[in-house]
Amino acid sequence: MNYSQELVKELQLKAIQVRANILEMIPPGKVGHLGGSSSIADVMAALYFHTMKVNKDDPKDPARDRLIMSKGHAVLVQYACLVELGYFDRSELGKVKTFKGLLQGHPDMDKTPGIEAVTGSLGQGLSVSLGVALGLTLDKSENHVYTILGDGELAEGQVWEAVMASSVYKASNLTAIVDWNGVQATSTTAEIFPIENLVEKWKAFGWNVIEIDGHDMVQILGALDAAKAYKEGPTVIMAHTVKGKCFPFAEGKAKYHNAAMSEEEYKIAWQCIADMRKEVEA
Amino acid sequence: MRTTDSLRTTYGETLVELGKDNKDIVLLEADLGNSTMSKLFAAEYPDRYFQMGIAEQNMASVSAGLSLTGKVPFMNSFAVFASGRAYDQIRSSITIANLNVKICGSSAGLSDYGDGKTHQSIDDIALMQVLPHMTVLSPCDAVETEKMVKAMVEQKGPMYIRINRNDLPIVTNPDEEYHIGKMTQMVDGKDVVIFATGVMVQQSMEAAKILGKEGISARVVNVSTIKPLDTKALEAYAEGMKGVVTAEEHNVIGGLGSAVCSALSKKRVPIEILGVGDRFGTSAENYSILLKHYGLEAEDVAKKVRSVLAYK
Repeated sequence: MNYSQELVKELQLKAIQVRANILEMIPPGKVGHLGGSSSIADVMAALYFHTMKVNKDDPKDPARDRLIMSKGHAVLVQYACLVELGYFDRSELGKVKTFKGLLQGHPDMDKTPGIEAVTGSLGQGLSVSLGVALGLTLDKSENHVYTILGDGELAEGQVWEAVMASSVYKASNLTAIVDWNGVQATSTTAEIFPIENLVEKWKAFGWNVIEIDGHDMVQILGALDAAKAYKEGPTVIMAHTVKGKCFPFAEGKAKYHNAAMSEEEYKIAWQCIADMRKEVEA
Repeated sequence: MRTTDSLRTTYGETLVELGKDNKDIVLLEADLGNSTMSKLFAAEYPDRYFQMGIAEQNMASVSAGLSLTGKVPFMNSFAVFASGRAYDQIRSSITIANLNVKICGSSAGLSDYGDGKTHQSIDDIALMQVLPHMTVLSPCDAVETEKMVKAMVEQKGPMYIRINRNDLPIVTNPDEEYHIGKMTQMVDGKDVVIFATGVMVQQSMEAAKILGKEGISARVVNVSTIKPLDTKALEAYAEGMKGVVTAEEHNVIGGLGSAVCSALSKKRVPIEILGVGDRFGTSAENYSILLKHYGLEAEDVAKKVRSVLAYK
């Protein structure tokens, strides 16, 4: 499918804004999941600001598409999108993970408008998403369910239970997206727990598999549209990404899985945002 | 309408009855439908029955997802697997979010006598009652099971019901009004009160007869809602008693006994806890052998009553 330059540019700028919002949440000295939030920022921008049916006036609109962050620790990127939809005030960004804030350390549907489930204990989000997808099917709803999984998270056995069950139920209204950044909490996935032949595994479990560069907006949009169009069963988008994408000091490093930036790094990060904006706008 | 003295068949039949008008009721099963009796629902409403295979963790989180779309999911398995195998999924996906998921722990306690310790649940009450938001139910007969399942659909929130595999004598009154949280006096007495749950209600009523012959007047109260525990009713039933005995087919740690001790901790009344001890189950050729071996017969309850009355 062809996507207009305007659309692509608009979404690229949105993705930059999402990363800027992430920075706003974790100023120097404040620990946060920078790496796994920025790796999936482009996909999240495409979902929330183009692909998904969302209602800016009603986070609980029954006719909305759903997004569940199975890799709940990267919820900063979801907050960064939800604030753009106006689901809570921008002032909340500075209060993330505080006692009085709306934005909890992991996704909490009771506290935060726009959060669809409780996740954070890894491996459960795809199962919850399948339940939502089955419920929507019973209701004859046309809405779609999206789940974001981490590649380290794929070591959780429950993920594969859900992968099998989604296939059994031919849940074509369910799309999983794997943030395939190759780095987990303490080191690379290759070093910690290498899972070989990932694409073949999903295929063998009966899923439609689409492999993309998770930072290429055209490829992202194409994959999301293809996933929605595929009616034979569930689709997984294997998105090759870079952990800490756009922040050179953090790219590909496990250290920034959950860390605080120094003053110096924070300055660099904002400079990166400014440079990217200039580049895209040009 | 109830057709049997079997708790599990009544459970299945009641869901079939309710499912006729309430299209939001959905069932999930981990391939034990012939035992949990979820198969009855499957036969009537196949579109609302989700066979999840032998994968309880996924089943629990899928139930959470279904409830997020307004369904009323009942997930079914043996009590050991429904509570323990899927514990973190129940904790995280279901109870933290306070979702309207109903969990049926079937073949609970020692009631799956032949299958032995891996299949006998002596810890499910403990696991479930420690979770905030969770309601824990333990019916003592089929009449109570029917009322309870209806109440589970009417009232929102995560709930766990533990169901005995064996037929049990009907002891509750079909005409009596029921609501979750209610505890019911089965036998009146003035010396000692026995708080019992599940199969131990019938055993405690037998014990009261034995004790009566000895001149000991024992009150028996059926505590079929273990959480939230009606502490006011508990205190009222214990008022003026020389002792309290609790009786359950469960570990003495973390079950009804623990809950009653906590609730009565400020009362100056001795309490004896009767349960399976702190040990796992074992195989036997019938249920009675296990009730005898684990000290869960009427005479064992009577002994605890004598013991609590001997306190100075």
